[in-house]
Amino acid sequence: MISFDHVAYSYGGGELLTDISLELAPGSFHFLTGPSGAGKTTFLKLCYAALTPTAGQVTLFGKDVRDLGRDGVADVRRRVGVVHQDCQFLDHLSVAENVALPLTVSGRDTQAARQDLDELLGWVGLTHRARARPPELSGGERQRAALARAVIVAPDAILADEPTGNVDWEMSQRLMTLLVELNRMGRAVMIATHDLSLIRAAKSQVSARVLRISNRRLQLAGADL
Amino acid sequence: MRARLQRIGALLRGDAAADRVVPPAGFTVRLTLVSAATMAFLAVFALALALAAGRLADRWGEELARGATLRISAPSGEMDRQVAAALRVLEQTPGVTDIRALDADAQRALLEPWFGPDLPLEDLPIPQLIAFSETAAGYDPDGLRLRLQAEVPGAVLDDHARWRRPLMEAAAGLRTLGWTALALIFGTLGAMVTLAANAALAANAQVIAVLRLVGATDAYIAGAFVRRFTLRALAGAAAGAALGLVAIVLVPDGGEAGGILTGLGFLGADWLWPVLVPPLAALVALLATRAAARRVLGDLA
Repeated sequence: MISFDHVAYSYGGGELLTDISLELAPGSFHFLTGPSGAGKTTFLKLCYAALTPTAGQVTLFGKDVRDLGRDGVADVRRRVGVVHQDCQFLDHLSVAENVALPLTVSGRDTQAARQDLDELLGWVGLTHRARARPPELSGGERQRAALARAVIVAPDAILADEPTGNVDWEMSQRLMTLLVELNRMGRAVMIATHDLSLIRAAKSQVSARVLRISNRRLQLAGADL
Repeated sequence: MRARLQRIGALLRGDAAADRVVPPAGFTVRLTLVSAATMAFLAVFALALALAAGRLADRWGEELARGATLRISAPSGEMDRQVAAALRVLEQTPGVTDIRALDADAQRALLEPWFGPDLPLEDLPIPQLIAFSETAAGYDPDGLRLRLQAEVPGAVLDDHARWRRPLMEAAAGLRTLGWTALALIFGTLGAMVTLAANAALAANAQVIAVLRLVGATDAYIAGAFVRRFTLRALAGAAAGAALGLVAIVLVPDGGEAGGILTGLGFLGADWLWPVLVPPLAALVALLATRAAARRVLGDLA
């Protein structure tokens, strides 16, 4: 699905990641840890073709990322749900419209999809905020909305960058439960986080690999949780 | 062709959901609206000028080409004989019709603007004028001149070609000027829409980033912007063209004396031309926005 073969990424003359090889298979669950600035976000961006490796090969759904073209990149983004650290919404749209955006841009905004949207908003506890604008949301509400947007098209893979950074413990557990459910449905999940308590708490729900970026390299941080 | 028409139809029908992904307001959209209205207003006038100049050129061409004058200068004792000879020559010339020697009253009327009424025409050595027209088949002016030279030595044939040509050239020049102005107006509209679309796309870089993040293709993103600018240009141009037509209708009619200045307007099928201005403006906006979107989206990649 997503594979890295001796991938390196440099920016501004400095190498941020080096010699990374990894396979994200359907149904896999990964946590990605590492200190701030280690390159977790860069690694995730390589996973959804927001960046192109400076060395090595990134293959997304069977295609080299360098051969994707712009429409190919768009196709990848429809198969990979991304939860950004800063969420990124269209402020002139309501929360519900933002969450439904992947459906809108792919022409799948049907009545059935609308029902899924209502259920999803209820699941992340945002039904009462459906008509609100993103700037009116709290940090936690924004992350819940971003997660709902990432999963609404039932993507093959879900990449989340600190998805529980601004939510309370109870909500972070609910979000984790949602991600685990999606994983059980065969979706690959990768969560970049520095919150080790989140990883430990996930232990009871899912078998996950914990990866760590250290000194620009990807390492296995420990045995399966 | 059919696929292209279907695409244009889809563009005009719009996609409410897709249209909403682009922020609604912004000075760029208003700029497009006002620019299109102004340019359509000017385009209607340019059209009116081009068409009026064309009509004037045609009219002058037709009227002057058909008329000719014979001027006879001779001593008073010879005048009647030469006029009679000239009339005889003209009557025998194929292609000449409607021959009439101007009488004293008609000649006085011609000179009245310069010399006033009650001009003692009989005391002045005024040449005798004979006006005639040519039939559709036309006559041979060179042959007529040779015969007049032999039989009426005091006659000078003026077939109006000498001063008809510069007038027609002037009218044709005005017509070209009108069409050139029209082309420049649409070119300027394209440039203004391009600037507005560039500004809108650059100002919405964050929106574009989000749309790409959720899987929007560049064609989808460009389509949303193109639709917005095209429909605004269409609306603005429709308003501008309507105002232009009202202004044209309100131009006072100076009748025959007014010439081109008050002859601005549309006759018969000419009224279809200003109707084409709004769709043409929309087409220019569509092409300009699409080019701008391709460029900016490429730069933002």
